[in-house]
Amino acid sequence: MLRTRVIPCLLLSNGGLVKTVKFQDPKYVGDPINAVRIFNDKEVDEMVFLDIGATAAGSGPNFDLLADIASEAFMPFAYGGGVTTVEHIRRLFFLGVEKVVLNTAAVSNPTLIRDAVSLAGSSSVVVSMDVRRSFLGKYSVCTRSGRLDIKRDPIDYAREVEQLGAGEIFLTAIDRDGTQSGYDLALIERVAGAVSIPVVASGGAGILEHFKEAVTHGASAVAAGSFFVFHGRHRAVLITYPDYGALTDLFES
Amino acid sequence: MIAVVSYGVCNVGSILNMLRKVGAPAEAVSAPSGIERAEKLILPGIGAFDNGMNALTDRGLADPIRARARQNTPVLGICLGMQLLSEGSEEGVLSGLGLVKGRCLRFPVSADPQLRVPHMGWNVLSPRRESLLLNGLGRDARFYFVHSYHLACHEAADVLATAQYGVEFTAMVQRDNVWGAQFHPEKSHKYGMALLRNFASL
Repeated sequence: MLRTRVIPCLLLSNGGLVKTVKFQDPKYVGDPINAVRIFNDKEVDEMVFLDIGATAAGSGPNFDLLADIASEAFMPFAYGGGVTTVEHIRRLFFLGVEKVVLNTAAVSNPTLIRDAVSLAGSSSVVVSMDVRRSFLGKYSVCTRSGRLDIKRDPIDYAREVEQLGAGEIFLTAIDRDGTQSGYDLALIERVAGAVSIPVVASGGAGILEHFKEAVTHGASAVAAGSFFVFHGRHRAVLITYPDYGALTDLFES
Repeated sequence: MIAVVSYGVCNVGSILNMLRKVGAPAEAVSAPSGIERAEKLILPGIGAFDNGMNALTDRGLADPIRARARQNTPVLGICLGMQLLSEGSEEGVLSGLGLVKGRCLRFPVSADPQLRVPHMGWNVLSPRRESLLLNGLGRDARFYFVHSYHLACHEAADVLATAQYGVEFTAMVQRDNVWGAQFHPEKSHKYGMALLRNFASL
């Protein structure tokens, strides 16, 4: 049987590892290669690296850094950030990235999704959706690391990217990012209910039970950042990952 | 030297990384000459069946791979690479390499939301028989799968290991010196490392 995937989502900025709160105030948490080595030892299911500065810088992916990460990562990993061309995607797969994550470019150039799928198959193409919830509870999709509200309903947008061939949706609730207060379960339920491709829940995990809640509300896999890089009330940097048995027990209970 | 066949889109980098880690000399080859001088072949692959077959044929690699397989050279197909060893797939119209008897079928649509296609994640194997490639792998060994199609073997004896995803399917195949793994050993931690080390020391 297949256990729910539990995925550290690690943010890159200027070659370092950072962690944000609600997409703001990136705090430096260490060296990405060191983190990969630790996650190797802990046998994590999968990793997602998102370079949160790449789109704004307009520089494309940092291929040298990603090659170093790939040479140390003996588990599947996905990469997103500044990916705008098929050539970027081809280079990422060649150096050992398993899945490419499209966000801003998926909106500005939706045919890139289709091109990526015809290059590598849908299971290698992830569309990431960053979703903001308004005071009135209305959801809206944002791009450019949450800075640009494109005024799209997440359900419509999710269906559209599924139609274009995306194999997975990486769904982040901006308002929960870094808060460790639990996932936005209503959002997960809506998006997962609208598509038949797997939805990875992201934003808000603080305790193991949050993973279980996300799955109960339709997530096929769960991602977290702070949960895996901070420890304790004072948010000391400590890279951790639950052991296999604890996760198996959690999802089977 | 293990030749990792590089024919367009495939994760050659991850396989070379892991072979380096286990100390096995390996290189990416994309020309028939590289295949002809290899001691062993690994055929990786992601994406659609016909794209993969076309990419092999366009580079003149399909016949040299078949020839080496028939000369008893160990061949390991990974993911789409394993499917390409077969006779064909529901996903496309082209014939496969024909080194293993059988065709690839799509996973059935399931009402269970936990059985979405593609089958993506970590799964365990049920070995059908002893095998050098599975040497030293304990019962807890798990492997990373990403696929929507699976190989239905015509000859049950070719099935080396199965896994469960709504249905029982072929996770590993072996016919003489030709092996296939539907999962990604290069992305399966120490378990995949052990499997690739076993292949390197065949």
